[in-house]
Amino acid sequence: MQELLKAEAGKDAALPVQEEKRVTKLSKKLRYIRENYFLYLLIAPAIILTIVFKYIPMYGAIIAFKDFSTIKGILGSEWVGFENFTKFLTSPNFGTIFMSTLKLSLYGLILGFPIPIILALMLNQVRRAAIKKNVQLVLYAPNFISVVVIVGMLFIFLSPTGPINQVVTIMTGEPIGFLSDPDYFRSIYILSGIWQAAGWSSIIYVAALANVDPELHNAATLDGANIIQRMIHIDLPTLKPLMAVTFILGAGGIMAIGFEKAYLMQTSMNLPTSEILPTYVYKVGLQAGDYAYSAAVGLFNSVINVIMLVVVNYIVKKLNEGEGLY
Amino acid sequence: MNIKYTRMDRMILTLNNIFLFLAVLVVLVPLVYVVLASFMDPTVLLNKGISFNLSDWSLKGYKLILGNDAMLKGFINSVLYSVGFAVVTVVVSLFAAYPLSVNGFVGKNLFMTMFIITMFFSGGLIPTYLLVKDLGMLNTIWAIILPGAINVWNIILARTYFKGIPYELHEAAKVDGASDLLIFFKIVLPLSKPIIFVLAMYAFVGQWNSYFDAMIYLDDPNLHPLQLVLRSILIQNSTDPGMISDQLAMAELKKLSEMIKYSSIVISSLPLIVMYPFFQKYFEKGVMVGSLK
Repeated sequence: MQELLKAEAGKDAALPVQEEKRVTKLSKKLRYIRENYFLYLLIAPAIILTIVFKYIPMYGAIIAFKDFSTIKGILGSEWVGFENFTKFLTSPNFGTIFMSTLKLSLYGLILGFPIPIILALMLNQVRRAAIKKNVQLVLYAPNFISVVVIVGMLFIFLSPTGPINQVVTIMTGEPIGFLSDPDYFRSIYILSGIWQAAGWSSIIYVAALANVDPELHNAATLDGANIIQRMIHIDLPTLKPLMAVTFILGAGGIMAIGFEKAYLMQTSMNLPTSEILPTYVYKVGLQAGDYAYSAAVGLFNSVINVIMLVVVNYIVKKLNEGEGLY
Repeated sequence: MNIKYTRMDRMILTLNNIFLFLAVLVVLVPLVYVVLASFMDPTVLLNKGISFNLSDWSLKGYKLILGNDAMLKGFINSVLYSVGFAVVTVVVSLFAAYPLSVNGFVGKNLFMTMFIITMFFSGGLIPTYLLVKDLGMLNTIWAIILPGAINVWNIILARTYFKGIPYELHEAAKVDGASDLLIFFKIVLPLSKPIIFVLAMYAFVGQWNSYFDAMIYLDDPNLHPLQLVLRSILIQNSTDPGMISDQLAMAELKKLSEMIKYSSIVISSLPLIVMYPFFQKYFEKGVMVGSLK
């Protein structure tokens, strides 16, 4: 405290020489802040926005443990412990929604993970730069299409009278209910996701492959290795660290699956597979107004995410000779 | 290019190219189909599919879309939200990134930890919504711009870029008596145009394509961005009755609403389609800088 006061006192006058020797770490820091106040002004808006829009909602998440009413507010509402969680975990919806969420993202990860890598390996074999560039231009494009348009296109193409069903009708006599049958929801969701994201996700792999020393390939060729062998023994090992990180991040996000697309793709008939935790949180919370219960479901979802990230990181580390995310 | 390909290799390469060509087709065919269909006469499209006979083409869908108020309003709102969001998020990120890139900045670790924690933990949808509501920001542009303005990834990208600016430049300016303020605005920012551009583009496209925040925070249809208008046309199938005059028969109405779907997709994607070929390499760079971290 004394140092603090001294530092304060030293603000206006230059510090006398004998005092300078006693300048402590703290007052040094304070002086730094005073001399570089402009830097703190610069970072202030970001800090304020972070506290307001990130940390206050984290605090607000305690309504999950309360019998929240908007009139009483967050502080005034009564604690109910884990009641909201028990209510969700024992509700008949829980099993279906939980499994739908898990399956949708797990299948998405397993099917979506290898394709960008394969694309990158293939792009890496294209020798003519101009062709490679144009192929990339096309493959990256769907990444910039909005989710509303993607789902809109799915509805157009897959509707009972749409172009795909016109072909199906000619061949089998009747259209397939792609959009209403719950059995098709996951396939459509995942395949359209791959269609949209695979090209863009391949960028980092393509860049990593561009850094492989060509001498390695030359030497391997002299030893009689063909392209496939060189891919397996030179290219893939180069990509391994990236693959590990991408996989861990993907798995960590397994339960953090996007709300936006699933919600748009929902029809009243495909709910058994299309209702996932985030859409459920939205419906219960914002549409039905049961804030506390919905916040509990959301919190449950986040906790599972963190556990997932830690567990998968542990497993990948074991398999990958100690190389994980952290 | 001194690698000699064996016959086996050439076969593999041919297969490789065939597969890539197929991948390109898979991506392109749906997109080209939508663009072509948007110019088709609806009756022709329904009975024959895509036709290359020019007399089967029609601009009806575009006429209806361009004469539609909701669509026009949505377009203007989207431009407003996307530009506003891009400006705020880029300015905040650049401002925050600069101190974090300065050697010996007191509090660097504290601030970085504060930012990084938010990448892994969040209060969730409901508490954030309640906060925005309590702040009185529902049905205002601020609900769209402010809650998402902090993007830690952007801050890290900008900081990495600033760190790449030679430190001697700072030193030289300091010796000449320049203040932090002068160094930041006169030296660092002018050298950072590429990263500013990348961040702004990402923010613009992200906001242009999103509908979720607008859906939960904006009840007033006059404030709806393009994506919400599109959602009602494409997914909720509710074509604005004003768009099609009442005298038309039901069948005609259904055909026209199909038309409108195609043309609205094309119109709404137009800004991005026009920008994309020019900016693709910048977007790509953004991914690269990020993965270097």
